[in-house]
Amino acid sequence: MNNRKWFLKGMKDGIPIAMGYFAVSFTMGITARKAGFTAPQASLMSALMLASAGQFAGIGMVAAGAGYLEMIVTTVVVNMRYLLMSSALSQKVRRDVPFFHRFFMSYAVTDEIFGISMAVDGRLNPVYMYGAAAVAAPGWVLGTCLGALLGMIMPARVMSAMNVAIYGMFLAIVIPPSRKSRIIAGVVALSMAASLAFQMLPVLGQISSGFQIIILTLLIAGAAAVLFPIPEEKEEGSHAA
Amino acid sequence: MQHNVYASLLVMFLTIYSVRALPLTLIRKEIKSRFIQSFLYYVPYVSLSVMTFPSILSATDSPVSGLVGFLAGVVLAWVDGNLFRVSIGACTAVFIAELLL
Repeated sequence: MNNRKWFLKGMKDGIPIAMGYFAVSFTMGITARKAGFTAPQASLMSALMLASAGQFAGIGMVAAGAGYLEMIVTTVVVNMRYLLMSSALSQKVRRDVPFFHRFFMSYAVTDEIFGISMAVDGRLNPVYMYGAAAVAAPGWVLGTCLGALLGMIMPARVMSAMNVAIYGMFLAIVIPPSRKSRIIAGVVALSMAASLAFQMLPVLGQISSGFQIIILTLLIAGAAAVLFPIPEEKEEGSHAA
Repeated sequence: MQHNVYASLLVMFLTIYSVRALPLTLIRKEIKSRFIQSFLYYVPYVSLSVMTFPSILSATDSPVSGLVGFLAGVVLAWVDGNLFRVSIGACTAVFIAELLL
C-alpha cells in the first residue's frame, strides 16, 4: 500500500473518531467558556493537546490559577497511559521510519487513534496516523469552538447518541480478534469485568480513571504476557491483525 | 485566572507532547524480550476494553440506552467488524432506544 492509500485509509477510519470527538469536545468548549476561556483560547488548547481528560484537568488548573509545576506534574500523571501506548506503537511502526515521522506521529497518540493504528494489518505506516488526525483533530477543535461559542444548541438526543461513537469504535477493534482467539476474548472480558469492579469497589473507585487504566493495563497485559506469551515467529508478522 | 493563559497552554502542550513522543522516539529498536513483546501486544486489548466498559453506560442519557449501545456494538463488531459501521450502528441503537424509553 502506498502513502496515499495509507493516508486515505486513515482519513476514513478517522470519521467515527471525529464524530465522537465532536460530541465530547462540545462539552469541553462549554466547560472552558464557563472557566473563563475565550473561544479562540479553548480551540487553541484543543488543537495543541488533543486530549479529553488532560484538557479537562488543564481547564480546571488554569481557572484555579495553578502554578506551572503543578500543571506539568498533573499533565504527566493524567496522561501517563500515553507512555504505554507510545511504547506499543514504537514496536508496531515500520522499522525504517525516520526520527521526524516518529516525532510528528506522536501528536496523534490519543486513545482512539492509537486503537485504530494498532489494529492495522502488519507494520504501521505513520502516514495512516496523519490521515486519521487530519479528520479527527478538526472534529475535536470544531466541537470545542462551537461549544465555547454557542453552548447547548445541539439536540440532547443527538449528542447522547454521538457520545457512543468512540466506544463503538473501541468494540470494533477488540471484538473481531476475540472471535479468532480465545485468549484475546478472555483478556477483553476480564478487562471489562475488572474495570467494572474497580468502579464499584469503595477504595479503588476513588482512583482517577487515568490511573485505573494504567493499573489494569499493567496487571492484565502483564499477566497475559506471562501466561500466554505470543509465539516467537509472530514478531515480524501481522501484529494484532 | 492569574497566569497567562497562553503560557499555561504552551507548558501543558509541551508536557503532553513529551509524554507521547518520548517512547516513540527513544525506543527505536525492535524489543527482543518475549515478555515485553507479549505485554505490548496485549496493551491495546486491555486498555481499550477498560476504557469502554463500564464508561459507556454513563456516556448516554440513561444507563439503559448505554447498555443497548454496548450490546449493539458487541454484536455488530462480532458479525461485521467494520469500524465505521459498528460505530454508527451503536449510535443509531442508542438514538432509537432513547426515543422508545
